[in-house]
Amino acid sequence: MALFGSLGEKLNHVFSKITKKGTLTELEIKNAMREIKLVLLEADVNYMVVKDFVAKVSEKATGERVMKSLTPGQQIIKIVNEELTSLMGSTNSKLQVSSKLPTVIMMCGLQGAGKTTMCGKLAKLLKKQGKKPMLVACDIYRPAAITQLKTVGKSVDTEVYDEGTNKPQKTALNAIKYANKKGYDTVIIDTAGRLQINEELMDELLEIKKAVEPTEILLTVDSMIGQESVNVATTFNDKLDITGVILTKLDGDTRGGAALSIRAVTGKPIKFCGVGEKMDDIEPFYPDRMASRILDMGDVLSLIEKAQENITEEEAKKLEKKLRENSFTLDDYLVQFENLNKMGNISDLLAMIPGASKYKLNANSIDEKQLAKNKSIILSMTKKERLDPDIIKGSHKRRIAAGSGTTIQDVNILLKQFYQSKDMMKMLNGKKKGGFKLPF
Amino acid sequence: MGIFSKFFGALKKTKDAISKKISQIFVGELDDDFYEELEFVLVSSDISLEASEEIVENVKKLAKKQKVKTEEEFKKLLREAMVEILNLETRPEQYPVLCTVVGVNGVGKTTAIGKLAHFYKKNKKSCLLVAGDTFRAAASEQLNEWSKRAGVRIVKYSEGVDPGAVVFDGISSAKAKGEDVVLVDTAGRLHNKVGLMEELRKIAKIVAKEWDGVSENLLVIDATTGQNALTQVEMFNEILPLSGIILTKLDGSSKGGVVFAIAKKYGIPIKFVGVGEGIDDIEPFDAEDFVNNII
Repeated sequence: MALFGSLGEKLNHVFSKITKKGTLTELEIKNAMREIKLVLLEADVNYMVVKDFVAKVSEKATGERVMKSLTPGQQIIKIVNEELTSLMGSTNSKLQVSSKLPTVIMMCGLQGAGKTTMCGKLAKLLKKQGKKPMLVACDIYRPAAITQLKTVGKSVDTEVYDEGTNKPQKTALNAIKYANKKGYDTVIIDTAGRLQINEELMDELLEIKKAVEPTEILLTVDSMIGQESVNVATTFNDKLDITGVILTKLDGDTRGGAALSIRAVTGKPIKFCGVGEKMDDIEPFYPDRMASRILDMGDVLSLIEKAQENITEEEAKKLEKKLRENSFTLDDYLVQFENLNKMGNISDLLAMIPGASKYKLNANSIDEKQLAKNKSIILSMTKKERLDPDIIKGSHKRRIAAGSGTTIQDVNILLKQFYQSKDMMKMLNGKKKGGFKLPF
Repeated sequence: MGIFSKFFGALKKTKDAISKKISQIFVGELDDDFYEELEFVLVSSDISLEASEEIVENVKKLAKKQKVKTEEEFKKLLREAMVEILNLETRPEQYPVLCTVVGVNGVGKTTAIGKLAHFYKKNKKSCLLVAGDTFRAAASEQLNEWSKRAGVRIVKYSEGVDPGAVVFDGISSAKAKGEDVVLVDTAGRLHNKVGLMEELRKIAKIVAKEWDGVSENLLVIDATTGQNALTQVEMFNEILPLSGIILTKLDGSSKGGVVFAIAKKYGIPIKFVGVGEGIDDIEPFDAEDFVNNII
């Protein structure tokens, strides 16, 4: 199972060895660095980037700063975290807006990276921000690509401009004229997926760029990409001088090493990430949060932000407090179920909670119907039972099952899940190493 | 000959890269530093660390025993060690066969199916496509386009229809016409989405119940994918026992090295390799050719 653990878990493992000791020998640092190197490689961080990274951390660790107030182990964690954050860039960067309308956003990337879907997500996001976006279909190669963009466009209520299989650079240029006439302020151009080594198609992108002078050229990259990420990013960047990167499919369980690699070799910011199949599933990319997520320090900030959008601030605070304090009853569990429906996918949320990745499978097995069932089970309990589920015995269970139209097994399953959740909360309390409070 | 001649061009970049790197680090002295560098070279082709270590260990032993001196001798040993990992037994082709083709989003499932249809037809097998991806916008149109190009029949419905129903009808139609090969397209899904994976289980159930011939479950993997491919195999395999891998998009400078880890860890053979966008660009896999063209 270790193979599938997150990068953070592994680094925690590396550090747990170090933090147990008071001082570090040169050999120990070397061993720790080797383990960090291997962890990063298995996370698909490009090996050149890994070499650089480890060299930097190693240099800092063996320097005199290690001797200060922190223990050497803590110092290494701190350095790794700092280097990781600085490698990822320090701020979240927004979309540029052109002074001369319309703002043109050109999408590019390999086949299957998720460009067309991302076009729709961007359009929806822009609409939410009060913009008037239009989509342009410039993928004339893949069968049914134009139809796909049109379907996507329809689902986000955005006009799609296309000229069939006309030359993409011409279509793009005409699209902008059309947008001006119609009063659209942002034009998103979907281009065909292509391999970075296909010179003919790369030239085509350059021609589109020359024709429409985009404000943003966004490289869309599948977050599951391996070592190749560096070649892809470098070639696209050299050819087009991209303005940013979008990482897709981050809702998978990939360890996201590509984010590190691409950022390191191009220096271009990662602007957004795709986190699901719905058109709303797009998020701004926060480099510092990503770094801390990779280190499995969780993403409490994002969790709270997401909660704020959907629940009142007060509720969110309460939830966070209970998460930390472990004073969590079935009543809270019920409230959480209700809020979860508003907040979206439970496994996405769990991914943001530090230490929760160990419980991934449990979280995933909860589906919407199950949530509804669980709600009715809890509602069929007495107030007392909800506060102290330990008193629920066989006869209680029978009554609860009858009251909620479920079976005793269902009640048992719910209780089991509740206790599991509670266990998880315990982890978050930082009583154990690898929990919420990392030692710095 | 044949199949990899086309890939030779495609893989040449890869080959140059790895081969050159080995030449660079090969300075005659086969010491620990050399082997660590070699491990790095292998890892940089997405060969997992575990598999790289095994390859390096084996080669190291052999090189010592055989007192290998030259670069060519060494590369030959390396090739053999790599082929050994990939050479898995595959069962002989039997017809009629139904292949359920699965994979995460964007790996090229639909395209691979289109090419496979053409491949089977070229080999004088009748073929039916079943458009089981009723989720992605325009997926069945895309498959329909391929059915026209390959000149094979297709069973398809509009978006949003239950894929199980499409598969059911596809099987009935295939049985009625006595098709040799049935290729079922499915919606791309991230392997950690339980609900969507359950849908696959349902499709598998229908296939098991309705289909009398041989059935295969093929996982499509994008050659640019890194170590996440292993999780993909693990999760899909849990729901749908995989009988083979289709490696797509090998036409990049990507190496597809992750297949070594897949072969080693799960023993699932690679069945086909896809290279380009053209309808002819798919071929059965051959371990020796594959490795020879990498190193």
